[in-house]
Amino acid sequence: MNVDGVNSGIVLDHIQAGKSMAIYRYLHLDKLECCVAIIKNVKSGKLGRKDIIKIDAELPMNLDVLGYIDPNITVNVIKNGEIAEKKRLDLPRELVNILHCKNPRCITSAEQEIDHIFRLDDLEKQIYRCVYCETKSKE
Amino acid sequence: MRHLIDITDLSQPELDSLLDLASEIIENPGKCADACKGKKLAALFFEPSTRTRLSFEAAMLDLGGSVIGFSDGGSSSAAKGESVADTVRTVGCYADIIAMRHPKEGAPLLASRHAGVPVINAGDGGHNHPTQTLADLLTIKREKGRLGSLNIGFCGDLKFGRTVHSLITALSRYEGIALTLISPKELPVPEYLKASVIEKNNMPFTETVDMEAALPELDILYMTRVQKERFFNEADYIRLKDRFILDAYKMKNARPDMSVMHPLPRVNEISVKVDDDPRACYFKQVLNGKFIRMALILTLLEVLS
Ligand SMILES: [Zn+2]
Repeated sequence: MNVDGVNSGIVLDHIQAGKSMAIYRYLHLDKLECCVAIIKNVKSGKLGRKDIIKIDAELPMNLDVLGYIDPNITVNVIKNGEIAEKKRLDLPRELVNILHCKNPRCITSAEQEIDHIFRLDDLEKQIYRCVYCETKSKE
Repeated sequence: MRHLIDITDLSQPELDSLLDLASEIIENPGKCADACKGKKLAALFFEPSTRTRLSFEAAMLDLGGSVIGFSDGGSSSAAKGESVADTVRTVGCYADIIAMRHPKEGAPLLASRHAGVPVINAGDGGHNHPTQTLADLLTIKREKGRLGSLNIGFCGDLKFGRTVHSLITALSRYEGIALTLISPKELPVPEYLKASVIEKNNMPFTETVDMEAALPELDILYMTRVQKERFFNEADYIRLKDRFILDAYKMKNARPDMSVMHPLPRVNEISVKVDDDPRACYFKQVLNGKFIRMALILTLLEVLS
């Protein structure tokens, strides 16, 4: 894999084509001062096309949310221009402001600026529940 | 800091020690009379529930503490648009513990994250009402001397009755609980409860529409109301409503030591003639509600050494 331009940082590879901007938002990459490259529609044997995000900084970033958005993403930790570690993504135990509770009886529908928090309830079926009202993420 | 938001927050030893403490208080009422001296309970009732509020207030007063709060969201800061977080942060400056009722599900959980003092869920919408379940468990334990090896009948609206769902869930932790589920066929126990609680814990259960036939087998009959608006049409309601009303005649078929429970308020599902029957426990249940709230306040405030 080409890790040009990243000396020490993270490369998110095998992002489903078209999903890179969503990930950019979820990870709040707009708040970073360092170099961030989004490469779209790269030809890939595995997926046909894929997106890649390169972040040129060693970040104490929490990438758990990627496991929920797309578990096929590969996280490459780059040190001194080389891949130092490939991380596997697990489903995160908790999702903050990724899913939104749609239950009108839930406190999230009334309280301003409340975090929407969902907790993993069933790993096998990938079901999350709102911590406030226990509504399922999907029916 | 501990809160009580959901009955499942309590481990089995914690639950058992709460029930034991409540029994101790019942047997030695003077023992804790000053245990909460100088402490304040804030009863924050964003929607009215006189019964539950009075129970919390009486519990705190019987512990020697005092009570502040409001009894209706319309008269509180919430009516002016203040957030739950801000309200409890303010109240947490004055009070040592909060009992909160709110029409929105999850509001007490949110409160517990901001209050800085222990929060007790006194009912959040139709979601959780853990102190009611604790009162029910204490009543069963006091009446039967045990919380296992019992055939418990639940009668009425088992589909929407959250009290029933919550009590069945709590009972699933105990051995030898058999369930007799008596309801109109339109209002059975929901499938998810059956799958994830009753069947998962191998609780033997039967479903029936016939209260009279089920009665002789029961150690406990837990009555709930069948609300008219739950029926699809008036004719069904009229046809069925009497079948789910407990009266002195039906009580003749029940065991001499069966206990009748009801979360109250009652409308007409238990005839007032049953009230004088020694098997009627629903007013004892009210009193037990106060005692378990006393035990809970003592435990959460950690005032017992
Ligand atoms: Zn919710």
